[in-house]
Amino acid sequence: MSEHEHSEHIVPPGIYLAIIITLMVLTTVTVAAAFVNLGRLNIVVALTIATVKATLVVLFFMHAKYSPKRTKLVIMAGIFWLAILLFMTLSDYVSRIDYRGVRFPISQNYSLSHSPRS
Amino acid sequence: MRTASTANARPALKMPEKHYLNSTYGIRSWLLTTDHKRIALLYLVSVTFFFFIGGFFAMMIRLHLLTPSGYLLSADTYNRMFTMHGVAMIFFFLIPSIPAILGNFLIPLMVGAKDLAFPKINLLSWYIYIVGGCFTLYSMVTGGLDTGWTFYTPLSTVYSNSAVAPAVVGVFITGFSSILTGLNFLVTVHTMRAPGMTWFRLPLFVWAHYATSVVMILGTPVIAITLGLAAMERVFGLGFFNPAMGGDPILFQHLFWFYSHPAVYIMILPAMGVISELIPTFARKKLFGYHFVAAASLAIAVIGFLVWTHHMFLTGQSTYAAIAFSFLTFLVAIPSAVKTFNWTATLFGGSISFDTPMLYAFGFLGLFLIGGLTGLFLGCLGVDMHVHDTYFVVAHFHYIMVGGAVMGYLGGLHFWWPKITGRMYPEWLARIAALILFVGFNLTFFPQFVLGYLGMPRRYHVYPPEFQVYNVMSTAGASILAVGYLLPMIYLTWAAFFGKVAGDNPWPATGLEWTTASPPPTENFEVTPVVTWEAYDFHNRPDLGLDVPVGHPGVVPAHGDD
Amino acid sequence: MHRTGALYGQFNTLEQQKDTASLGMWIFLVTEVMFFGGIMLAYAINRHTYFHAFAVGSNTLSIQLGTINTGVLLASSFTMAMAVWSAQTGKQKLIPMFLTLTILLGFIFFGVKYVEYAQKFHHHLVPGRNFDITYCVNNPEKCEDIDAKDLNIERNEIEEAMQADPDLNAHAQLYYSAYFGMTGLHALHMVIGAGLLIWLLRGSLAGRFTPEWNTPVDIVGLYWHFVDIVWIYLFPLLYLIDRHK
Repeated sequence: MSEHEHSEHIVPPGIYLAIIITLMVLTTVTVAAAFVNLGRLNIVVALTIATVKATLVVLFFMHAKYSPKRTKLVIMAGIFWLAILLFMTLSDYVSRIDYRGVRFPISQNYSLSHSPRS
Repeated sequence: MRTASTANARPALKMPEKHYLNSTYGIRSWLLTTDHKRIALLYLVSVTFFFFIGGFFAMMIRLHLLTPSGYLLSADTYNRMFTMHGVAMIFFFLIPSIPAILGNFLIPLMVGAKDLAFPKINLLSWYIYIVGGCFTLYSMVTGGLDTGWTFYTPLSTVYSNSAVAPAVVGVFITGFSSILTGLNFLVTVHTMRAPGMTWFRLPLFVWAHYATSVVMILGTPVIAITLGLAAMERVFGLGFFNPAMGGDPILFQHLFWFYSHPAVYIMILPAMGVISELIPTFARKKLFGYHFVAAASLAIAVIGFLVWTHHMFLTGQSTYAAIAFSFLTFLVAIPSAVKTFNWTATLFGGSISFDTPMLYAFGFLGLFLIGGLTGLFLGCLGVDMHVHDTYFVVAHFHYIMVGGAVMGYLGGLHFWWPKITGRMYPEWLARIAALILFVGFNLTFFPQFVLGYLGMPRRYHVYPPEFQVYNVMSTAGASILAVGYLLPMIYLTWAAFFGKVAGDNPWPATGLEWTTASPPPTENFEVTPVVTWEAYDFHNRPDLGLDVPVGHPGVVPAHGDD
Repeated sequence: MHRTGALYGQFNTLEQQKDTASLGMWIFLVTEVMFFGGIMLAYAINRHTYFHAFAVGSNTLSIQLGTINTGVLLASSFTMAMAVWSAQTGKQKLIPMFLTLTILLGFIFFGVKYVEYAQKFHHHLVPGRNFDITYCVNNPEKCEDIDAKDLNIERNEIEEAMQADPDLNAHAQLYYSAYFGMTGLHALHMVIGAGLLIWLLRGSLAGRFTPEWNTPVDIVGLYWHFVDIVWIYLFPLLYLIDRHK
């Protein structure tokens, strides 16, 4: 039979309201932060806030917090595999040294602004 | 031979009155079916069709390579031949074959369910496969494509004059067929198992397909987006992979191989699952190290995602990255080795019979071993420098794909043919065909190891004259191999209609699928089974009618002698 | 396979059916994560290599419209969650109401997107098609929807960026490839989502969803929230690059 029988946990609307307000506040913070010069940290701040928002949506709107362990495993697997795709590919790029000593490939040489099609 | 001697002792077997094949009639009942068994047969027909297409292109390649100076085809045409051979065989034959045919047919039976979790999505999978196939066929008949099945950019997106867009779209679409099949299998194994069918009582065929489905789910979407972007680039001029716009061909290779390496595990894991069923059955012994084999399947699926850059050792990688990926490549060989040891250990002390499926299993063991070990050669950075893009690579992957996956596929088809059709194939003819295939295969591909090591490049339409003798051997082998393929297609089709009636469990084997009629009724089981026995447990199954007291620790002897 | 009431023939209990549908949708969403992940990778690598082009491109987007769309989509996630709640608690009249609100918010999103896309086409900012990052700056009369002050800022940005990257025009196409690729893919998923919502709306009006059986609402909700999450990432990645000038 199925692995488990779980009774449905009904999330009260109050929680949803709290979450949506938080999400709106975080959106405002993201936009405001974009106008502050944090240099290389800008992207870090933006992605961190985005991840917090996404986590809230997953946990509460998508009920992951109240879901069986299997669901959480599926979510973690998805995130982990995305991380493999991103970080292992970037590891190749980051470790490449172009023969001109410039990190990251390649196409600084090309100066066509439209591609030739045969 | 076992079946013959027992048939003398028992009354003649009769086909069941009503089963999934005759329960409803008419073309609509097949094209609109949601019965997983019928869908498996729909796939069988379409996948075999693409096998012929891929085989045709293989024949053209081998005929052309009989002479060193490119007598038969022009360079451009030759490029199209090997490209379309690859595309047809990989995306339309190897990836769907065992999962879509045997997996679809057997998984609900093996877990004790009435159907897969999502029967309509199963049918949709087949239609998506057909639509994707049509796009690719369209590409083939309008001149084909010449980029190699790897579609490297910017050749494929900018410079090629061939029908790239329809082929890329076709493969993109077919990817969704794969994704939906994998999704169906994963959910079925989680939620549709019969009472008593715990995870560790599941047949290893199911574990193998579970692992395959994990790979399908996590990898195929990446090839989908990659081909989507490539198609956008070719048609609309987007620029991610085009150096003229600042794009990067290496990015394409990363995205492409992120899927295409795990794809090879999609192709081999199901075959390994078949072997895990064949060897215990024909050695009449419990599989050695069940838990390790199950874990190894998952390990292959996971580690397989970490090694893709070994296809890119010669693209200017840093030594650090190359060493890391080389190490991971060696790591992924370990679970495969564990499985091979366990299959071999199962044979020890077993009562071995040489029925056709077992011949294919033996073929698999030897040829997969060679293919796998040569993969390690290729994973070695120094050796790869020498043999990358030569026939060594070609020989390596054909040993795994043909010597491994196709042998597994044919072994499985033979083993389960009585279950699928209710009738037995002709045993002696089948054994001869298996031997012909084995001989033809080795004659075709072993010389290619030598050629590659001597330096003959792949994907070239000409070669130095001193390589001709090996190429001739290879082509000769290919013609024998073709006979080895044609024979089963003919006699299996014949047997489906005119073969001797097989009965529920002709071998006998221990899986749940063998406890129901051959062919099974539409709902698979008259009554939902309740499982109380472990997998491959020949000793505690009095229902199999074997000559051994229940609980006897000894080996079950074979009936008759073979 | 026949159906008895809400129960499909291959299942033994309604609980098994619910469990199966839910797991199926979650696994499907994982495939979507990998699908979008691929194009995110392409974005990441190109943004790093051609930061100046990406910054210039990002600054041609309207931060107001982007923020509005983000708010709209977040609100639609809220109304979707409320629709599921209504089904779970048997408030039959509220289900179609919340579904309709979700659909309306979705359509507002499409409307804003349409305005943005039309503007890009008009301003020659579509890769491959007469692409020219300097079009509006050189032809202010053709781009009246940008006022002179913003146009000056943009001119300065482009000039500065061209110092660092002489091939700005070619590389900016990569930004817009990412922009159209990612938002286009997202919009396609939203269209499918809207279609599913309309199908749900019809079912809810027919009273199909009860506390006992509301799985379709639940799983379409999962899909809709996922589409929202994609936008949560797209917004900063596309609209908020180097905005502090």
